[in-house]
Amino acid sequence: MGYAVNGNRPVFTGLDMDIPRGRITAVMGPSGTGKTTLLRLITGQVRADSGSVMVAGEELRGMRRAALYVLRRRMGMLFQNGALLTDLSVFENVAFPLREHTDLPERLIRQLVLTKLQAVGLRGAAELMPAELSGGMSRRVALARAIVMDPEILIYDEPFVGLDPISLGVILRLIRRLNDALGITSIVVSHDVQEISTVADVVFLLSGGKVVARGTPQELQSFPSEIVRQFIGGLADGPVPFHFPAPDYFGELLAREDA
Amino acid sequence: MRNSRTLDLGTGSFVLLGFAALFFLTTQTTSRGISLASPPHYDLTAKFDNIGDLKVGAPVSMSGVEMGRVTKIEFDWKEYKAAVTMRIDARYKQIPTDSDASVYTQGLLGGKFIGLTAGGAETYLKDKDQIAFTQSAFVLENLIGQFAANFMKGGGGQSDSGKSKTDAPTAAEPKSTEKSK
Amino acid sequence: MRLIRELGESMTESLAGLGSVVRFLLRLVAASPRAMLRLDLISQQIYNAGALSLVIIMLSGLFVGMVLGLQGFQLLQRFGSEEALGTAATIGLVKELGPVVTALLFAGRAGTALASELGLMRATDQLSAMEMMAVDPIRRVVVPRFLGGVIAMPLLAAIFSVIGIYGAQLVGVQIMGVDAGSFWSQMRAAVGLRDINEGIVKSCIFGVTCSLIAVYEGYYATPTAEGVGRATTRTVVTSAVFILFLDYLITAAFL
Repeated sequence: MGYAVNGNRPVFTGLDMDIPRGRITAVMGPSGTGKTTLLRLITGQVRADSGSVMVAGEELRGMRRAALYVLRRRMGMLFQNGALLTDLSVFENVAFPLREHTDLPERLIRQLVLTKLQAVGLRGAAELMPAELSGGMSRRVALARAIVMDPEILIYDEPFVGLDPISLGVILRLIRRLNDALGITSIVVSHDVQEISTVADVVFLLSGGKVVARGTPQELQSFPSEIVRQFIGGLADGPVPFHFPAPDYFGELLAREDA
Repeated sequence: MRNSRTLDLGTGSFVLLGFAALFFLTTQTTSRGISLASPPHYDLTAKFDNIGDLKVGAPVSMSGVEMGRVTKIEFDWKEYKAAVTMRIDARYKQIPTDSDASVYTQGLLGGKFIGLTAGGAETYLKDKDQIAFTQSAFVLENLIGQFAANFMKGGGGQSDSGKSKTDAPTAAEPKSTEKSK
Repeated sequence: MRLIRELGESMTESLAGLGSVVRFLLRLVAASPRAMLRLDLISQQIYNAGALSLVIIMLSGLFVGMVLGLQGFQLLQRFGSEEALGTAATIGLVKELGPVVTALLFAGRAGTALASELGLMRATDQLSAMEMMAVDPIRRVVVPRFLGGVIAMPLLAAIFSVIGIYGAQLVGVQIMGVDAGSFWSQMRAAVGLRDINEGIVKSCIFGVTCSLIAVYEGYYATPTAEGVGRATTRTVVTSAVFILFLDYLITAAFL
């Protein structure tokens, strides 16, 4: 299943994206270009003013809440800080979607939860509370929760923020393995160019409310665009300026001396 | 989840405590409480010139023993009197037919109630009977007015209407403290 | 001139806020039937709002009752009606102090807890995560807390009043020497079911108001640390104002 996004809000103008099914797609861009808003458009938490958002062949615009909820069950989302429910244990957190949406017997729920926890390597932590977990661990639990209903689409919102290199590597590996093992579509929003390039199949670069580049990580390295160069190369100054707009430097200094 | 047992116990005790408090308030602090079925009773009526601030629900007693309650207060346009209906407990069925009913005040400034004084007749009041002999309530303003009128008659020729007018505000005082209780 | 414009703006803002709260209430009511299927969630919230507030309510009830006993005795002594202390204390507690003080304490203890809980869940994306998992956070998280508060309040107010009456009795009878028999018999004669009803109605309405304000502020809190803090402060202040205002309305309505 793919997406066609064509939003038209102050955040996006004339955005056109086509996310391929079964692949890992990375969405990158400078801070503030609305990457999280894009995710919200895809999950239906935010409505586009014009254009269409299609997920798995279904049009999101004009969809009623109930239908939206049904669609969301086929998606899994990993939030930036894990967003585990703090009053439930790790086990209960992962079991949450099962308990809310299915009538499965307790035995079956237990097996499913433990299997998913095993997949992310945290089966032994099942009885801990979220407050006792490290950042990387809570994100892995959130990942287990996101896959417990066997979704078709997995969305990762800045999954690498604040992680040490080991945890980062773990998450990266999981993203790739899950995508291949479960045959799902993964969308990763990030600005960790190096890391994401190792696992992504397709990369979109957003800036100024539009797609400025699309291609494989290799293609992006040599993309003929200033902004792409600045982003990929991590350059301090370029199309995204270093200086915040300000009046003439010497003029301001001198003016103060006069006064 | 975490100690669901203490949770259940805690919630249960709290709810029980709350309802016990409600039950206490509704039954132990009111004289009526929850009267699901009223005991056997019969009704008597009486007409008064002035009942003061007698209220529905005021007690009816004889020699200080409460026998019933005032259930209805209406105005009789034929005789221009207050018509009071009382509900008497069936246990007290030997009230002589020539008894009289008076409106008294509880304490010095309390509410009004009806006191029955037994007569000497051999027949007793039955359901829907009327008590023939009544005495009206003691109204403070009338007494002051009377007192002032007598005073005037004795001490000089000023208009008593003027005197009773200036007395009206002071007469209003005890009335208002009654109401605020 | 600018003052008038600012006044007008703040008035329209308040109006919009009021409308928003009422719409939120309707949403809660609409989600209630399905939320009531999860009695375990609701009973946990009754515990959080009610049982955990018991200590402060009982302590406050005792002290307020005792003060009422003292003050009431002094006042009634001037009219020679000390035996009416039972009546005075009961009516004062059941009709006014019980519902109002309990509501204010509730807003301070349980109201802030509700607001900060929900605000924190908002700030850590837990509510968004639930929406993503196709679970309506209103039904799962907000309504149980709301109903917990609504149920707990009248019960807390009743407990407050009862303990208060005993506190008044403690001071009046044991310490000041009012006759115990008169204390209770005069009370029984003078207090009617109507007075109790007025108290119950008040505490129910206060319960709805405080719980509504608390969950509303928490749910719509700005998802930052200071946003949550502001939400809890606003809960207490708004609850207090509305409690006192509604107190007048209900008292007048019952007259």
